[in-house]
Amino acid sequence: MAEFLMPQLGADMTAGKLLRWRKNIGDRILRGDIIADVETDKADIEIEVFTSGVIERFLVQPGEKVPVGTLLAIIQEDGKPAVAEPGHIPLVAPGLPQPVTPTLLPPVIAARPPLMERRPGRQRISPAARTLAANLGIDPGSLAGTGPEGRVTLEDVQRAEQANAAKPMPELVLDRQARMRQVIAAAMARSKREIPHYYLSTTIDMSRAMTWLTQENLKRSVEDRLVYGVLLLKAVALALHEVPELNSVWIDGKATQNSDVHVGVAVSLRGGGLVAPALHHTDRLSPGELMKNFRDLIQRARAGSLRSSELSDPTVTVTSLGEQGVETVFGIIYPPQVALVGFGRVVERPWSVAGQIVSRPVIVATLSADHRVSDGHRGGLFLAAVDRKLQEPESL
Amino acid sequence: MLTQMTYREAVRAALRQALRSDPRVFLMGEDVGRYGGAFAVSHGLLAEFGPERIRDTPLSESVFVGAGIGAALGGARPIVEIMTVNFSMLAMDQILNNAATLRHMSGGQFNVPLVVRVATGGGRQMAAQHSHSLEGWYAHIPGIQVLTPATVADAYGMLLAALREPDPVFIFEHATLYPLEGEVDETAEPVEIRRAAVRRSGSDVTLVTYGGTLGKTMQAADLLAQDGIEADVIDLRTLRPLDRSTILDSISKTHRAVLVDEAWRTGSFAAEISAQIMENAFDDLDAPVARVCSAEVPMPYAKHLETAALPKVEEIVSAAQELISRHG
Repeated sequence: MAEFLMPQLGADMTAGKLLRWRKNIGDRILRGDIIADVETDKADIEIEVFTSGVIERFLVQPGEKVPVGTLLAIIQEDGKPAVAEPGHIPLVAPGLPQPVTPTLLPPVIAARPPLMERRPGRQRISPAARTLAANLGIDPGSLAGTGPEGRVTLEDVQRAEQANAAKPMPELVLDRQARMRQVIAAAMARSKREIPHYYLSTTIDMSRAMTWLTQENLKRSVEDRLVYGVLLLKAVALALHEVPELNSVWIDGKATQNSDVHVGVAVSLRGGGLVAPALHHTDRLSPGELMKNFRDLIQRARAGSLRSSELSDPTVTVTSLGEQGVETVFGIIYPPQVALVGFGRVVERPWSVAGQIVSRPVIVATLSADHRVSDGHRGGLFLAAVDRKLQEPESL
Repeated sequence: MLTQMTYREAVRAALRQALRSDPRVFLMGEDVGRYGGAFAVSHGLLAEFGPERIRDTPLSESVFVGAGIGAALGGARPIVEIMTVNFSMLAMDQILNNAATLRHMSGGQFNVPLVVRVATGGGRQMAAQHSHSLEGWYAHIPGIQVLTPATVADAYGMLLAALREPDPVFIFEHATLYPLEGEVDETAEPVEIRRAAVRRSGSDVTLVTYGGTLGKTMQAADLLAQDGIEADVIDLRTLRPLDRSTILDSISKTHRAVLVDEAWRTGSFAAEISAQIMENAFDDLDAPVARVCSAEVPMPYAKHLETAALPKVEEIVSAAQELISRHG
């Protein structure tokens, strides 16, 4: 039995408003799943769970604002049964409409393995199999049960483990973090070894963009609201039209320009590491569409369910460390790309406008570019174009 | 030195040994003297030891169990025989309210070193008043120990060990075991009674049983082995105190358990074992615990019906196969 509490999302947060539940009572959830949206003073935040199991009860309803630490939901943890015998746990959780279920769960279970996880009611899996799967880092939901009544048995887990071991990169499963570290290390070392980087930086006045964003968000429902990061992405994508050589790849000693703009978005992962999957056609989508795709991309990046095209298509990378409070980021180019754009956070700064000192929200944009492909002059034009685009947020 | 004998002879040999070596020991019960015992266990002992030490009693279980408790309190080492477990119900008040409680209620001043031998179980067409397996009820009671010797060697060794205990010990002798042949070492030390015995070793499934169903369980294990399934067979030997660790050790190896108990399924001792497995080995289990018990009817007289009501070898085999079988 696990308690799901209102988390503290930042040291200054004392209470949060539950916007909505993303799951239903009886749903199977995995550690890392988004279970709810919570509105804080700063943002609407998707809340992940740190327990795998089945949602038993909700104690707070959408719309309620409760202090940090308030019990929000009760989760029946895997391997810690509330009911006496695993074989007798009802297939359908109470409170849900009862589908017509045969008395015995037929071996149908094997025919639909991956979706089993999301199905209401518990997967039939023996305690020993559940424990071994957890120890090996195998998602039991991916296993087809071959035991009596379709139960996943110890042997099913052992066979899955053997199948994993037979694959060329078993450590991918066993220690994905360590593997990711190796991949990052190799790419970054290669980049610093091969690419003659040059770095440019400019501070951009964000007042128009932020004002426009506020106005725009008033028209949008909570879940459709935009974040300023989307405007940055769109501005970068459009600016690349003006300096297209930055939207290239360097392969075998020569640069090839890409006709499409697929901005790779650097996403840091819970537990370490990062990926930079492509937000396809960044230049052609509206901010609303970008927002939707961006949110989906990040969610899937963190859930580990990215598509292969998203990993292979990026033509340029944008990294933003503003959420961590960073003001300026000078990134390392991800080969074979030839440019990386960095953004810090939006900060209020004294700003000189027509001889007056005023307070303005500003952001530092940086460019790390490959000197084999472009020169500082062109890079400067690119950052100027980004600035210009952000002064016309309505055209983004 | 190993001697070939029957289970009946082994109990008699142990009685004789106890009567010879300890003048405080005496045997009493219905027909134990002149008739030689309903199951001929005490045959010949009256002639050898005389009516003071081999005492026939009236047909009153409450009286002679109560007398046994009194004698034990007075310093004797009585062995009381109750003809069948069904009849022991008449003595339940003496057993539960006196034998099991006096040490506790006297603050440790009085203990009751009483040994009660009880015939139990079905399979002999003795019908519904002589055939049940109620030892699980006794195992419910703190303050008494419940032994269920299933082999000839244990029939001998456990009785002698019981006489060394300072508190009441009940020995349930399954009546179908009396003709069973086996070897006994009459010179050996009294056996350990607090440990279960692993009668056969295997890694695929744990079969847990005791007393009269050990033989069927061993046969089932043989049949399972022909099917490529190797069973660990645990003979509990003692229901209280229960040797839980032997069961749990086995399940950590096999991940599956079939419990074989001639009692009725509901509220059986098998149910208690199942609960303890669930409490202590949940994460080791790869299948729900299975039970093979008697049908929940008064034991029929008709042979075919009695056979149908009792646990069968095939039932044990199929229960084990079902736990192991792969579907789909």
